[in-house]
Amino acid sequence: MIKAKNNPQSFHKSQIKYHLILIPISFVMLLPIIFIFSQAFKPMDELYLYPPRFLVRRPTLDNFFELFRMTQGSSIPISRYLINSILTAIATVILTIIISVLAGYGLSKKKFKSKKLIFSLNNLALMFVPTAVIIPRYLIIQKLGLIDTFWINILSLLAMPIGVFLIKQFIDQIPDALIEAAYIDGASDLNIIFNIIIPLLRPAIATVGILAFQAAWNSAEASIYYINNENLKTFAFYVTNLTAVTGNTVAGQGIAAAASLIMFVPNLILFIFMQSKVMNTMAHSGLK
Amino acid sequence: MNKKNHWIILSPYLILFFAFILLPIIVAIFLSFTYFNTIQPPKIIGFQNYITLLTRDEIFMQKVLPNTIKFSLIVGPGGYMLSFILAWLIAQLPKVPRTIYALILYSPSLTAGVTMSVLWRVLFNGDQQGYLNALLLSLGLIDKPVQWLQSPDHLLTIMIIVSLWSSMGVGFLAMLAGILNIDESLYEAAYIDGLKNRFQEIIYITIPAMKPQMLFGAVMSIVYTFTSAGIGVALSGTNPTPQYAGQLIVNHIEDYGFLRYEMGYASAVSVALLIIIYIFSRISWKLFGEE
Repeated sequence: MIKAKNNPQSFHKSQIKYHLILIPISFVMLLPIIFIFSQAFKPMDELYLYPPRFLVRRPTLDNFFELFRMTQGSSIPISRYLINSILTAIATVILTIIISVLAGYGLSKKKFKSKKLIFSLNNLALMFVPTAVIIPRYLIIQKLGLIDTFWINILSLLAMPIGVFLIKQFIDQIPDALIEAAYIDGASDLNIIFNIIIPLLRPAIATVGILAFQAAWNSAEASIYYINNENLKTFAFYVTNLTAVTGNTVAGQGIAAAASLIMFVPNLILFIFMQSKVMNTMAHSGLK
Repeated sequence: MNKKNHWIILSPYLILFFAFILLPIIVAIFLSFTYFNTIQPPKIIGFQNYITLLTRDEIFMQKVLPNTIKFSLIVGPGGYMLSFILAWLIAQLPKVPRTIYALILYSPSLTAGVTMSVLWRVLFNGDQQGYLNALLLSLGLIDKPVQWLQSPDHLLTIMIIVSLWSSMGVGFLAMLAGILNIDESLYEAAYIDGLKNRFQEIIYITIPAMKPQMLFGAVMSIVYTFTSAGIGVALSGTNPTPQYAGQLIVNHIEDYGFLRYEMGYASAVSVALLIIIYIFSRISWKLFGEE
């Protein structure tokens, strides 16, 4: 009898065939990422080399220095964009977590009439594509008086249907009896959320935090559409414009690669550290 | 227990949800029935925008719609199947190699579409310094550099490749978790009942047992397909893309809304896009939903 071998405990000869398929695929997936690391550290003469060489031979930090030097003449230094991005990301992560935990708890453990309706609306909104309704969004943000404010960098990202969805699914696994017992002991909802739910919810919170961070760190939308004041724009926007400014010059490529690396690395590091928590959350991510 | 405070708990989310998700959709539906140039107040013109969209917008019918259908049919189901196959393959391995592969396969989707276009623009650069050109020239496959990103013949293909490359997103992780969490005894019972090979195992046990994750993956893949649609403009550096070769519905909306200031018409296109997304999701729900 053949037995299923999902999730095996150790290595076995039969696994070699999977490696044979996965190694070439992984290589293709990694190539552009290796390239961006390599390109970011190439000195000028290697960038100009013909025929071009994929990997860097004598790595330097020149491109990074050049990137920071580039804005010295202009009124807005690059650090301004970076600080805007960091502040946006931190605020978005914290606020999204708070808002999603409250909503997820309400939708999971509270009993009220329109609960089902709200959750199915939220499930529909999982498919929300902001760029599809960019124009009405712009008009609403204008009416709210949020054009050219720092807050719009954050506010437009806070309603995250996937965050509420993942947290609600995760809280569904927590037994009702636990919460009822706490009610009998006289605990308030906030007590329950902070003392019972949040400690059990860590994996889901980490996951939503990562997703919120990625959304905020990578978002150029607010800077492109809702902000005219250069002082309030984010680093993602700066990188988007970088190739337009430097053109397709070879020197520009090194700088652009350095900037892209700064965009990519925080996402990667966060994910590496949190991946086990993410997988734990995803186990409850089923849609019915 | 019967306190009415659930509304207090839900209100921060509901307010934001209303302001930034629901209201824009409602406003889009309203504006789609108007002529609105952002200077004068909107003027109601009935179904005129939709009639124009279906009968008079040649670019939409000849370029944008075929491009969108081609792009979404390949990137959507293609990325989805790729996610499942890769998730299944790495689920066959022990924890350490599995984690390493998962990380590698997920890493492209950690790169923002916008920043990665910087990199892809270097790889597909149109002069002989471009990596693809240099490679093909040295192999003797082409005799002069190809303008990969400016040529209408290649842009859409490159967009599809780049999108597929980064399509192993949240849906892929959900499917991987789904496969790993299937109860082993299900397989054992099925083999006793006469299951013969691993292919049958996937069809009869694995997929049915993880239907909720398959549905979640499908929804995420639809969303990804339509959010990654901006990549054509990012790669070619212009909107509209060269000869509308990489023009998708999302770019068409921006073209009319922000370049031509025909907000009413752009809103009608937005509503059409939302309807298309909704139809796709109903199909996935029919396929994987549980009643």
